[in-house]
Amino acid sequence: MTPDEHTDEGKPIEGAPDGAEAFGDPDINRHYERYRGEYPIVVEGLTNSFGEQVIHQDLSLKVRRGEILGVVGGSGTGKSVLMRSIIGLQTPDEGHIEVFGRSLTDGDPEEVVGVRNRWGVLFQGGALFSTLTVGENVEVPLKQFYPGIESALMHEIARYKVMLSGLPEEAVSKYPSELSGGMKKRAGLARALALDPELLFLDEPTAGLDPIGAAAFDRLTKELQATLGLTVFLITHDLDTLHEICDRVAVLADHKVIAVDTVPNLMKLDHPWIQEYFNGPRGRAALTAQALDELRKHMDKPVAVNAIKALDNDAGRKA
Amino acid sequence: MSDGAEFAIDEKGRRLALSGNYLVSTIAPVDTDLRAIDQQLSEIDLSKVREIDTVGAWIALSLSRATGGKIVGASERAQRLIDAISATESGGEVAAERAPLFTRVFEATGARVDAARRGTIWAVAFLGQFLLAAGTLLRHPRRFRTKAFVRQMELVGVDALAIIGLMSFLIGIVIAQQGAVQLQQFGAETLTVNLVGRITLRELGVLMTAIMVAGRSGSAFAAQIGTMKLTEEVDAMRTIGISPMEALVIPRVLAVTFMMILLGFYSAGMAIIGGAVVGELALGIPFGSFLSRIKDVVPIYDLWVGLVKAPVFGLIVGMTGCYQGMKVEGNSEEVGLKTTNAVVFAIFTVIVLDAFFAVFFTNVGWA
Repeated sequence: MTPDEHTDEGKPIEGAPDGAEAFGDPDINRHYERYRGEYPIVVEGLTNSFGEQVIHQDLSLKVRRGEILGVVGGSGTGKSVLMRSIIGLQTPDEGHIEVFGRSLTDGDPEEVVGVRNRWGVLFQGGALFSTLTVGENVEVPLKQFYPGIESALMHEIARYKVMLSGLPEEAVSKYPSELSGGMKKRAGLARALALDPELLFLDEPTAGLDPIGAAAFDRLTKELQATLGLTVFLITHDLDTLHEICDRVAVLADHKVIAVDTVPNLMKLDHPWIQEYFNGPRGRAALTAQALDELRKHMDKPVAVNAIKALDNDAGRKA
Repeated sequence: MSDGAEFAIDEKGRRLALSGNYLVSTIAPVDTDLRAIDQQLSEIDLSKVREIDTVGAWIALSLSRATGGKIVGASERAQRLIDAISATESGGEVAAERAPLFTRVFEATGARVDAARRGTIWAVAFLGQFLLAAGTLLRHPRRFRTKAFVRQMELVGVDALAIIGLMSFLIGIVIAQQGAVQLQQFGAETLTVNLVGRITLRELGVLMTAIMVAGRSGSAFAAQIGTMKLTEEVDAMRTIGISPMEALVIPRVLAVTFMMILLGFYSAGMAIIGGAVVGELALGIPFGSFLSRIKDVVPIYDLWVGLVKAPVFGLIVGMTGCYQGMKVEGNSEEVGLKTTNAVVFAIFTVIVLDAFFAVFFTNVGWA
């Protein structure tokens, strides 16, 4: 058995489904090096508008490798449009977008295909294909990009991806309609992770989940980010998510990103929307909750115990 | 060293060394051969692996399980990935469980019978609710939604004038032209007038209009009401004390019933004009005399036949559309399904009833 004959890349893969030819040169789908640069996503001078309505004007944003970047902004500030622009679902009016150092705005389409299998996207409602089981949903991107993988391995990949996303084993062969909202999000995440992406886009992952489910999803995101070495672009309204797992937060307002920084630094800024957002009643509650969590880790010290008592009383009086 | 995944087993056959990139993009060529290794191994060496992702980690893990080899030389990242996926066992299915064919046949049959039973109950219930609401409106005529009624008449009738007019005009042309070809063989092409006049007034005018209205308005009713049910607008109405029957269903059904009479007559008229155009251009019958001949050769009861059928067909189209719309439950897929049902059922029923009407009117002497 000589391995060399099996690594001959020019050889057409037998039994490949019809989709295999769609991309022509198979090498385009192959990438061997993880991205080592500092900024996997670079957006410069992005302008988007729908008719008269301007969404983005000269927006710039850089996402650091290995961070969880939270994106916040009021309704209609174009958080989702920004994400759609980066992943190529929305053609921007003007501006330059680079992902993994390749330009998506003026690169040729073949190059974009080479980037597409290096990111995963979780849409707000999960966007699972309703006629396929969860496991088959995970297999869809695998079949599309790597039709040469044997079906036995394909099934195994689907199974461990589903379990990696925190779903029970039985969920693999269930249809999306049989799952609860939280499970659908996890199944969507499993599909987003199908190709072992380096970049993960999450659009309001905790919206519509109960607080327990939301907290569990946050933990899962953090864990997966650490384990798989992901860079995460996370759109959210959830203040707890921002405090708990985001390394930095980008604030969208006035058609641009007005600030990108850690939450404590953002709170020092003197922008009315930021102040209202982080220092409003909900923002403070989330902050208190996080402070309590931190303190509970140090229960052996009397200072911490007293502080918890004080904070609990404070929270109790407000309620 | 190439960019793909490679492996080698040492001479003693105890130590497997993986090298190269073990990624989802490179795994396909070596997967089968790695699975074919059936001897016991002592070690699986990952130290020469350059890039690894969860798929590579999975391959190493399942090799280790199958051959008993210990994983050595794993990088920090590789070990982390292997640990993360170690809870999953090898093998297993991802497709949904399917019952055997024998069971599924009976299951499907049973489901259909049950659906038919429930469908009948719902239809009767809907009819009852409709009659109750109609009765209430008769006693309290001021609660009738005139605005909605007029609006629906505009949507169902006025907005359909162009398309129904064009359709009928063309049908008139086709009947006259094709009829003339056959009748010419007996030298009876003047009978084209009888043919066009009687068939459009009695049958085709109303029937084609009903089909067009089912496609245009019946489907719209089902989709509108169905969407309103999904967005809980119908429930909101109920909580405010508005009866959806009174607000949504009755204005629509009445509008389509009433407009069908006008549209059916209009359609027959347009078809006769189409026939007259063919008469003028191809048969040498002047336009004016074609129209005045119609008056002589078409008995007046042909008009009544058409006008009696029209409101009945309208009622069927309107009721089916609204009924299917009210049946929507659950998800958006249902809206499409019920809309299709509304159109198919309405057209089918209209054609079946038309056959009964044909026999009935002949028997009562309106032949």
